Amino acid sequence: MNDIWAGLSSAFWLVVTGDPDLIEITLRSLQVSLTALVIASTIALPFGTWLAIRRFRFRRTAIAVLNSLMGLPPVVVGLIVYLLLSRAGPFGVLGLLFTPTAMIIAQVIIITPLIASITHQAMRDLWAEYHDLLISLNTTPTRRILTLISDGRRALLTAALAGFGRAIGEVGAIMIVGGNIDHATRVLTTAIALETGKGDFALALGLGFVLIALALSVNLIIHALSRTEREGRW
Amino acid sequence: MVTPLLPAHMRDVSVTRRGKRLLGPLDLTLGKTGFTILLGPNGAGKTTFLKALHGLERLSTGAVTWAVPNDLARMRQAYVFQSPVMLRRSVRANLGYPLAILGQPKAQVNKAVEAWAARIGLTPALDRPATGLSGGEKQKLALARALIRTPEMLLLDEPCANLDGRSVKDIEALLQSAHQSGTRIVMATHDLGQARRLATEILFLFKGRIHEAGPAPDAFDAPQTPEFKSFLNGDILI
Repeated sequence: MNDIWAGLSSAFWLVVTGDPDLIEITLRSLQVSLTALVIASTIALPFGTWLAIRRFRFRRTAIAVLNSLMGLPPVVVGLIVYLLLSRAGPFGVLGLLFTPTAMIIAQVIIITPLIASITHQAMRDLWAEYHDLLISLNTTPTRRILTLISDGRRALLTAALAGFGRAIGEVGAIMIVGGNIDHATRVLTTAIALETGKGDFALALGLGFVLIALALSVNLIIHALSRTEREGRW
Repeated sequence: MVTPLLPAHMRDVSVTRRGKRLLGPLDLTLGKTGFTILLGPNGAGKTTFLKALHGLERLSTGAVTWAVPNDLARMRQAYVFQSPVMLRRSVRANLGYPLAILGQPKAQVNKAVEAWAARIGLTPALDRPATGLSGGEKQKLALARALIRTPEMLLLDEPCANLDGRSVKDIEALLQSAHQSGTRIVMATHDLGQARRLATEILFLFKGRIHEAGPAPDAFDAPQTPEFKSFLNGDILI
């Protein structure tokens, strides 16, 4: 219990004093996770919607594989990205290993299936509702996808926030591909792991509370901007 | 000069699902004008007939052909469903959707939307979510959304089911007006009174087959088949 109070107190002082290291790693956490979220959403939202409206031969298999990929172990993703980006790997020449870009790549791989799968579930129900109308109006497949994304945006927001939650809290993969280098690739989660390893539980907990507050703030800001739950619907 | 959409021909059309025949086989020609009312008991195949005609139902046999290529034909028709499908948008966006997807300029879309909203009495609700409208308002909106493109053919699947008298009257007035403007209408209904008020032609379906087809006054005054006679008498058809 003392550790928790010490953690809260540590978090409070880190924030109040505007600790430069805290600000740096917080901004890097946000930069990495939000960039990964934007890239993953750009891929996953249209793909999940397309999967909901398109009938093709191995559709069931594709959905089953997508759902399975939601549980991708981050450490394995980190290892594979590490091998691909390492000097001996096929993309070693790009020199991306131990950079924020490598961390973004790993996070995109981890959260894209999650966002795509939730999108697919939500869009499948909306498509069942809209199917006859949109076919009757002779809409093109692209128009159908755009209509579903536009009208299902609140469900898609949930999908995106789930992706953000997974990305901001991820540690295994970014530790491997980022290396937790001070002033270069250190983010909140890797800093927490480091401080825990050093036995400084108060600072680790303090960083943990900052991370929770950050995730909560981003969710609240996105909800406020997208004007959800502003009026009763029942 | 634009080639007219009609006549439409249904040749040997049938729809079978899970071994059960829902419709047909049917052979029918729909002429260029008229207000056809599709009558029949529950499960007679009225919805399947309308969907097959519109291309929403996969045919098991036969084909529906129009005076224009089939891929262009649906563009010139509109369909109103029994349960109105509302896009999760405002009334304005719902009304304007069929024009917006054609790439019409925003000002033109807005002008048409406002004119139609005034016609169906939904001007005050234009910026409200369409999903919050009453059943009658939703159905009027669905009908206006279908008519905003001035289709050559309008298909309606029991648009007045479960509506109050005021809404039914408003919808019938809109349909009469569309018919007088030259829109070919085919509408399914259970309501014999409505059929008598609106129809110029009757199609009576029972167990997926057409049992009576002809001008409305003749069909009502001198039904040709025992099934239609029983239906007019209010008997339960099994």
